[in-house]
Amino acid sequence: MSQYQDLAFEGMWKNNPALVQLLGLCPLLAVTATVINGLGLGLATTAVLIGSNITVSLVRNIVRSEIRIPVFVMIIAAFVTIIQLLMNAFTYELYLALGIFIPLIVTNCAIIGRAEAFASKNSVLPAAFDGLMMGAGFTAVLMLLGGMREVLGSGTLLAGADRLFGPVATNWPIQIFSAEQPFLLAILPPGAFIGMGLLIAAKNMLDNRAATKQATATEKVTRIRVTAES
Amino acid sequence: MKLYLSSSPHQRVKRDTSQVMRLVIYAMLPAMILQIVLFGWGLVFQAGIAVLTAVLTEGGILLLRQKRVERSLADFSAVLTALLLAVSLPPTLPWWMTVIGTFSAIAIAKQLYGGLGFNMFNPAMIGYVVLLISFPVAMTMWLPPVAMMADPLTFSDTARLIFTGYTSAGFDITQIRSVSDGVTMATPLDAVKTGLAEGRTYSEALTQDIFTGAFASSAGAGWAWLSLAYLAGGLGLLALRVINWHIPVAMIASVALVSGLLHISDMDYYASPLFHLVNGSVLIGAFFIATDPVSASTTNRGRLIFGAAIGFWIVIIRTFGGYPDAVAFAVIIMNMAVPLIDYYTRPRTYGHGRKKSQAQKR
Repeated sequence: MSQYQDLAFEGMWKNNPALVQLLGLCPLLAVTATVINGLGLGLATTAVLIGSNITVSLVRNIVRSEIRIPVFVMIIAAFVTIIQLLMNAFTYELYLALGIFIPLIVTNCAIIGRAEAFASKNSVLPAAFDGLMMGAGFTAVLMLLGGMREVLGSGTLLAGADRLFGPVATNWPIQIFSAEQPFLLAILPPGAFIGMGLLIAAKNMLDNRAATKQATATEKVTRIRVTAES
Repeated sequence: MKLYLSSSPHQRVKRDTSQVMRLVIYAMLPAMILQIVLFGWGLVFQAGIAVLTAVLTEGGILLLRQKRVERSLADFSAVLTALLLAVSLPPTLPWWMTVIGTFSAIAIAKQLYGGLGFNMFNPAMIGYVVLLISFPVAMTMWLPPVAMMADPLTFSDTARLIFTGYTSAGFDITQIRSVSDGVTMATPLDAVKTGLAEGRTYSEALTQDIFTGAFASSAGAGWAWLSLAYLAGGLGLLALRVINWHIPVAMIASVALVSGLLHISDMDYYASPLFHLVNGSVLIGAFFIATDPVSASTTNRGRLIFGAAIGFWIVIIRTFGGYPDAVAFAVIIMNMAVPLIDYYTRPRTYGHGRKKSQAQKR
């Protein structure tokens, strides 16, 4: 079980694909103008990650290592096509909103990175779980960034939720304040970069705080030992 | 004759940071007073809001960073940034936009990079660009000079307009701007840009109301006098040796040269050098903004390159870009190039040979 806990911690925090590995920044920065767009792309990426990790793990002993990269790419491309067609069928408006960034999931380095670094060396179950957790970490960052930019930029939250969840979600969007003149910087690409920088800074700050706490804890332990010896 | 022995440093520091900053602020005062006379009370409020926000933001972040708050606040750099931003803003901008701009300038452009002395970009210009990109409509809503308005805004009406968005009579900024005989007033840069876009020639664009009453046909009334006031303040700073001559001279010469070449190539389409120099913020930029000792180049040759490149970008962006004025963009672009400029213009160390190539090969 502890292996799975490790995998979850790696994906969500310590080795988060967006905040630490800085992979897949292009879709991350481009589609996070709203929470729902972020969630949609995050879910699509997660689905592709799980599928490709499972498949790569299954074929890892059959594929020779010289040709593994083309094989991985084809597996990923197949899953992206599946997701794209599914979104086209069931969430057509979101499909239109995300546009080119759905097929571009193929180029998300986080996916081929996990296929190469983890799935090709582990059995199916851990590989699937790793895909799920890496995808969840990526989705969480997409949603957080999307939320920040949406609230600052247009004063709403969850706008367009019905595009993803269907007519049930028509009442979900929250109007936090009405902006006669939207704060364009937050919606435009520079806002995505600044927001991303702030998120990374916040994560590093939390990590540093935890590290200093741990350091003081160990320091106390040594001090006790010194007094005991003397 | 007595000879003293003393340890280094032998050169006495003539002024500390706070004195330099205060001198720059004093040099801005005549132009600020002129702006209040020509364009109404708005600047009083903008300066107040900006200074208050800047001091609060700087103090708050210094507390968070566990630095000495009083000492950093006493250097007046935050006040100067706030004032530089305030004079660039339209005088009747809604108060919360000024707060956002000043906060971005101090918090993001200055303190996140490490505070005074570490900021890569000119904080005031970052604040201005944040606002210009976010609220392009509000940021171009300049009221015409008081003398041109049928019904100039009173002190209390200006306050109402800034804080609530409406005057006591219930007019908002768009309505006030078009009150004077139903024609909307634009800044001179705007007027010429839209005039050219509508297919008129440069000299036809100069016949609009905004250009009457100035000292030259291509100088916008009000704006040109303001620029001259900044020129006077800047010359004062030069005389007191607060700033070096390299950046302002290079920048003004470069604006004149580039716009002059364009003007000669097609007089109907490209504005004259005088128009470029006295309208917008070239002169305040040359003396007060580009000379920021932190974000500008630090070598004399580098300063010449830095200033000349800013002048080049100003004319290019004004003429071919989407925004009417370009000083802020030009300064920020060249701020990015400063490390490179400084690297290639390092002065020769005394005593080391001029044959650079040999020295480097070794």
